[in-house]
Amino acid sequence: MTVSRLFFAGLLLALSAPAMATDPQDVYTQGGANAAAMACVTCHGVNAEGLPAAGFPRIGGLPAGYMRKQLADYASGTRTNPIMQPIASALSPEEIHQVAQTLTDKPWPEVARIGRAAAAQSLGETLALRGAWERNIPECVACHGPGGAGVGVAFPPLAGQSTQYLSSQLNAWRQGTRKNDPNDLMGHIARSMTDAEVQAVSAYFAGLTETGAAQ
Amino acid sequence: MKTHMSALLLITLAIPVYAHSTSMEDQSQLITAAPDPASNRYFQPPQESELPDNAFGKLIQEGRALFVDTKNRAPDYVGNGLACANCHLEQGRKANSAPLWAAYTMYPAYRKKNNKVNSYAERLQGCFVYSMNGKAPAADGPIIAALTAYSYWLATGAPTGQELAGRAYPNVPEPEGGYDLVKGEQVYTAQCAICHGANGEGQKSDQDYVFPPLWGADSFNWGAGMHRINTAAAFIKENMPLGKGGTLSDEDAWHVAAFMNSHERPQDPRLVDGSVEKTRIKYHANDGVNLYGQTINGQTLGQ
Repeated sequence: MTVSRLFFAGLLLALSAPAMATDPQDVYTQGGANAAAMACVTCHGVNAEGLPAAGFPRIGGLPAGYMRKQLADYASGTRTNPIMQPIASALSPEEIHQVAQTLTDKPWPEVARIGRAAAAQSLGETLALRGAWERNIPECVACHGPGGAGVGVAFPPLAGQSTQYLSSQLNAWRQGTRKNDPNDLMGHIARSMTDAEVQAVSAYFAGLTETGAAQ
Repeated sequence: MKTHMSALLLITLAIPVYAHSTSMEDQSQLITAAPDPASNRYFQPPQESELPDNAFGKLIQEGRALFVDTKNRAPDYVGNGLACANCHLEQGRKANSAPLWAAYTMYPAYRKKNNKVNSYAERLQGCFVYSMNGKAPAADGPIIAALTAYSYWLATGAPTGQELAGRAYPNVPEPEGGYDLVKGEQVYTAQCAICHGANGEGQKSDQDYVFPPLWGADSFNWGAGMHRINTAAAFIKENMPLGKGGTLSDEDAWHVAAFMNSHERPQDPRLVDGSVEKTRIKYHANDGVNLYGQTINGQTLGQ
């Protein structure tokens, strides 16, 4: 999986290199035509791996449909963030399309596919693999897939993100400052979680990849 | 808290319905009296942390793993993309979602479905043949042994032969004027498609279905209990969207259940003489509300 993705990413790079001169500029590394659309690489890193300490998420390897929705939501104000809203608003639809495609072609880290059959001891594991059904909280992996690897365009990968990013998003849902999930599917769950659970489950998924952990 | 309130409300509302509802439903082993509305306390199965660290505990864990990861762990007996835990939520622990602790204590029991007294092993085999569209594992083999051990353990301390509250999906009354497939499709598109796909095909992560297919070749077959619209409506009302059970109206639960079950799915393994019509008359005419052998949008279901 990763190997073929890497291969294709490499292939794409090789193919696109000669075309650079005539193509529109690469949004990820150079930003959009509007100067307000800063280059993504500035904050999200050379490989789009994010910057955990600052809470900037990994975005390389996210599904293009998910990226397009998030950028559109920032532009419309459905998702709020003081840094991202002006940037997304300054991107043209073509630029959004281009950068989403660039990002989806990058590799996401290998994730151990731990499912509900696995043992669950710690608080984070328990929430991820067993849920807390007395509060209508399903197992995280019931929607985000084994290991939180992500499912389709609506359920993004969790493993591979940092504890900081995951907990900040859960807290945003709890406080109602993030609400761009379809049908409040994430919001209603986050609002039933405790501080300790937010921290534990964020650390759990961050710890499933070598690069996503609190490193 | 809120959930308890609405669950209680649901139970209270459901009572008058039981009186005139489905004597035709093939769940003859179920006692259809409404749960005691004064009690919202359900039987509490033991915690996983209480499992003994010995061969018995190990077998129970194997059963639990089979229950949530059925296709990978019993590939020879699963013919579709489903897992036991798709219909029995919270690994078979959740009250009102057909929990194992309430099933285990009610067998052996007579079932109209096969017109005989079934052991618990035979009941589990039925799940594999119909809901999993597969083959029955041997009654004395390791799969049934593990699932039985898991069920037995979940029922620790429960009385035998006594219907426990929360055993079934609570009945949902059929809308006055019947169900509406067009409305069902609207509900499906708005509430279900994001997980189960625009065409009920489910969604995978790598090779594993995360969201189960609801119709088509990888779903339950026409002999599964979930093919009854009344059963599916009850399941959906209680459990769907996942984690948001009880949020759909009774009417919408029926409409969308009917929409789901108005699509083609694998043949009923009890097919009589290769004839859908004979099978319909023998097994479906008196089995709740279902569309087997009926013509929808010009196509006869069950082909």
